[in-house]
Amino acid sequence: MNTPVKTLLAGVIGCAMSIPTMAAEFSVEVVNLTRGIYFTPIMVAAHTPDAKLFESGQPASTELAQMAEGGNIDGVASILTSIGATQSPNPAGGLLAPGASATAELNTDAATGNTVLSVVAMMLPTNDGFIGLNSLPIPTEPGRYVFNVNGYDAGTEANDELVGSGAPGEAGFPAPGPVLTASGSNGTGISASAENYVHIHRGVIGDTDPTGGVSDIDSVVHRWLNPVARVIVTVK
Amino acid sequence: MKTSIKHLAQISALTVLAGALAACGGDDDNDTPAVDTSSQLIYEVTVKNGTLAQPFSPIAVVAHGTAYTAFKIGEAATVGLEVLAEGGDNSDFIGEANAAPSVYDTTTGVAPIGPGGSEVVTLEVDSQFLPTLKVSVVSMLVNTNDVITALRGGDIANFEVGDEKTVRLISYDTGTEANTEAAGTIPGPADGGEGFNAARDDVNNVVTGSGGVITADDGLTTSILNHTHKWDHPVMTVSVKRVQ
Repeated sequence: MNTPVKTLLAGVIGCAMSIPTMAAEFSVEVVNLTRGIYFTPIMVAAHTPDAKLFESGQPASTELAQMAEGGNIDGVASILTSIGATQSPNPAGGLLAPGASATAELNTDAATGNTVLSVVAMMLPTNDGFIGLNSLPIPTEPGRYVFNVNGYDAGTEANDELVGSGAPGEAGFPAPGPVLTASGSNGTGISASAENYVHIHRGVIGDTDPTGGVSDIDSVVHRWLNPVARVIVTVK
Repeated sequence: MKTSIKHLAQISALTVLAGALAACGGDDDNDTPAVDTSSQLIYEVTVKNGTLAQPFSPIAVVAHGTAYTAFKIGEAATVGLEVLAEGGDNSDFIGEANAAPSVYDTTTGVAPIGPGGSEVVTLEVDSQFLPTLKVSVVSMLVNTNDVITALRGGDIANFEVGDEKTVRLISYDTGTEANTEAAGTIPGPADGGEGFNAARDDVNNVVTGSGGVITADDGLTTSILNHTHKWDHPVMTVSVKRVQ
């Protein structure tokens, strides 16, 4: 089934009333659904429900911006460590290609309060786009659960769509190996400014001129529709 | 049912016939083998096209167990899926399904489903398969190079009579043909161009989600498509109801 197959929330609330905390061992498979977007190192983490890595309509943290603009998950990892999260950083061991998938194994037996799941990774080529699964209540019944994941814009960098820097606050997007191969060059850049809050990404403009035009993004290859990813949680 | 094409009217006629024979307490029709309808599960599958101007090619519908999958994200499409996705002809795809393990029934739509339209087809499955039963539906968005919409392995196990489940589905790019949108490459009414071509010339020969189409109106000057051919997700709604 392509949509969530079980009524998750009701199950979690039901358990929460009878049993305050649930230990769990589960796997998290991340599938890149896009036609031509690479995901930078993915952060998969279970944490307490009172914390969030991001919130739509609110400014991104500097740590989230670091991930969304350059693919560096060190800052996000530090936040997660500080709140006692159960982390599985970088299950793909680098870039996750279009159509590819990677699986993280998590066990919250030692931290039974970590009952929600978050998954983030930068989308390349974009200036500050990222996949975001935000504080999903982790199913407690054994089984396989499929969730659709949307693409967000961190709102911290102008979407000029030019190859450039992955450092926070610097223009352009980083272009490692296969991303550089699929990207154009010498674009004049799209006139844009940072949007200042996290929101659903509006997609890329791109063009079909690999050596010029307004954008270094290929409008045919790098476009997407939501969902951009699927997360498959298998509770053991 | 696995090897024959049937749709609702024919199934209904057969059901009526079987009922009449049962009422007579005997089978004197040499052309129709006696059917123990009590061991047969019957499901109505309703498929709706939610797009503005993307007719769906005749749907391929498969009742199956856990060993079958229509396609996998990140893997190359079968030739049967390629034929369906590039030209809308589902016969090879259904042939592949009929030859696959744990496929219990297949059927096809009688015609394309126009934008806003819907169709009901029927699946008939032996009751022994009730605990593992799944359903898959695949159709091409015909005003594209190689985009399909699909329900893959929707879980309908242990449905009781009257149980119904509805799901909304996205579109997929089968990765078998470059998304040029160029005149002569799209089989649907927007172009009337080529359907299946065995060459695999997309940037990545694997099935992924579809990014939609750009069209000439959105800046792809070589596209034969216009803004009416764009879509967003979901594109298809499938309802499955057990009726016997």
